[in-house]
Amino acid sequence: MSGTSARPMRTQGGEAVLQCRDLSVHFKTGEGRISAVNGVSFDLHRGQCLGVVGESGSGKSQTFLAILGLLASNGHATGSVMLNGEEILNTTRRKLDAIRGEKLAIVFQDSITGLTPHKRIGDQLCEVLTQHRGMTRSQARTRAMEMLELVRIPEPARRFRMYPHEFSGGMRQRVMIAQALLCQPDVLIADEPTTALDVTVQAQILKLFKGLADHTDTALVMITHDLGVVAGLCDEVMVMYAGRAIEQASVDSLFYDPRHPYTRGLLACMPRADRDSESLTAIPGQPPDLSELPPGCAYAPRCGQAFDRCLIERPSLDMAVEGHLKACHLENAP
Amino acid sequence: MSDPLLQVENLRVHFPVGGGMFRRARMLKAVDDVSFTLGPGETLGVVGESGCGKSSLGRAVLQLITPTAGRVLWLGDDLCQLDEDAMNLRRRELQLVFQDPLASLNPRMSVGAILREPLYAFEPGITRSDAQARAADMMRRVGLRPEMMNRYPNEFSGGQCQRISIARAMISRPKLVVCDEPVSALDVSIQAQIIALLRELQSEYGVSYIFISHDLSVVRHLCDRIMVLYLGRVMETADKASMFAAPRHPYTRSLLSAVPIPDPRRARTREITLVEGDLPSPLDPPSGCVFRTRCPHATPLCLKVAPTPDPTDSASHRVACHYWKDIAAGTHKHTPQGELS
Repeated sequence: MSGTSARPMRTQGGEAVLQCRDLSVHFKTGEGRISAVNGVSFDLHRGQCLGVVGESGSGKSQTFLAILGLLASNGHATGSVMLNGEEILNTTRRKLDAIRGEKLAIVFQDSITGLTPHKRIGDQLCEVLTQHRGMTRSQARTRAMEMLELVRIPEPARRFRMYPHEFSGGMRQRVMIAQALLCQPDVLIADEPTTALDVTVQAQILKLFKGLADHTDTALVMITHDLGVVAGLCDEVMVMYAGRAIEQASVDSLFYDPRHPYTRGLLACMPRADRDSESLTAIPGQPPDLSELPPGCAYAPRCGQAFDRCLIERPSLDMAVEGHLKACHLENAP
Repeated sequence: MSDPLLQVENLRVHFPVGGGMFRRARMLKAVDDVSFTLGPGETLGVVGESGCGKSSLGRAVLQLITPTAGRVLWLGDDLCQLDEDAMNLRRRELQLVFQDPLASLNPRMSVGAILREPLYAFEPGITRSDAQARAADMMRRVGLRPEMMNRYPNEFSGGQCQRISIARAMISRPKLVVCDEPVSALDVSIQAQIIALLRELQSEYGVSYIFISHDLSVVRHLCDRIMVLYLGRVMETADKASMFAAPRHPYTRSLLSAVPIPDPRRARTREITLVEGDLPSPLDPPSGCVFRTRCPHATPLCLKVAPTPDPTDSASHRVACHYWKDIAAGTHKHTPQGELS
């Protein structure tokens, strides 16, 4: 199958289905207060795919766990998250139960812990529909079966009676995606959904996500460390580092005109399968410890272009060009 | 090319699975009839998806698991025939770096002790102060401060632990290091550092690598030659340039087209040959060609006859496919999977 053109960009016009403003997350730990996410804002529109890229500890997962109300008990989120114009951050458990699965769904990396081991796949899928949609068992079964076909699970009727451990990793991930899509959520959050899978299976799953735009108008958030996945799938990208968004742009703008030295560093240090790269420019050092963040730019200690101001003053996320935000003091960095 | 350092001939690793008093064990053929050679200072990439036998192959070469059949000729001696003592002496030349950097280091040993241990094992006469100095040197060499010698593995990050692991493998000056997914568990920015380190050490010490990875991007960057495995069998071997310019096996082709490319325009326009379905159970591999259940080009012949890795245009580029020529020429007529049974 040939790679079709990018999904239609629906960034302009319509209202944002998910609007996140100044979201911060901190955790109370034995070693004090750790700030995991700091002032993250973005808009997500219907049918759009947002890629969230970062290394471990960058806050990419915590941002969306906070939105879903799934933070660990020592975590606390501040800011505002509007789903279809309604505030959902730190809302009541009851309201969250009504939203999660119905309007906001998530697919995790680990598909074996994401499914209940002692329940048949069919029961787990139907439960979502009987709970959220008040369907009867047979209605739910029909709908769930359709969903399994949509994610291209062969012999859905037989698979229906099987337990999660009887599925391969790629197949389980499909079941998770089917489960997440059952109620046609407004937003599907996929947290490293293909990281544990083999490349050929990853390609199948990514194709499935790409096809989502054709069948539904679900907005997709793809949390990943792999810029390759982002390039093939997303419309907009947010790059995170040490809990902050350091660059936000459309996918083409980010890849062909990266403005932040960290984004440039990431692109330069990735070996590529489609061309020879004589030497890779590694980013020196390692991601910072969130409990000991420097006062200025968190990336400054690893940045080859850092100057005095970077060490004392944290750069704000400003517009570099229309639709392209970066948090860096370098003016039009060379 | 100079004389090979390592020559692996028809290596097989079969594991008995299940079985009991009244039931015969089934054989899991983790590695089946694999042959290759490796020269000094050369890097062979072993690529494949989970369960293809790439780790078993690495371990069998090092005799960490006993091969079921075949020969592993190391500088002319068959390692499979050596007794344990003789083999242990040889281990100085044959080292291993694992995927999980923290789990592969003993949590109760300081970094200094971890690095000195191979020296005491392989150079029995060495004094403590010499060992100490060598360990400090090696730490500097892999980019760690020797002052950190008395710390324990849990005090280091994943990337630093992998540096320690590499230092431990390199300190006995081996001739071959098997690297089993050494960068897969690391963050992207740290991966590049470790890849650069492995390259530097290679040019400095002239060590050969068997680099086991599922990541074709990393393999393309680091390896001279590449071997693609599927269900324990070699699908294709070639020099890097030949493999990436003209992949011949349908499996290699689909692997290559499945790798995400960090370039949006290319990602949108490139052809993706998707492999359908999942890996068959290695306990019950397909008859004939093991790839035929997922191959878009399979025919009834593939059901019956397993292809052997035969030379293509050049002797060093081998492919195990009945139809590689027709596929390359675009003249192959396949049979739909549904009609094969």
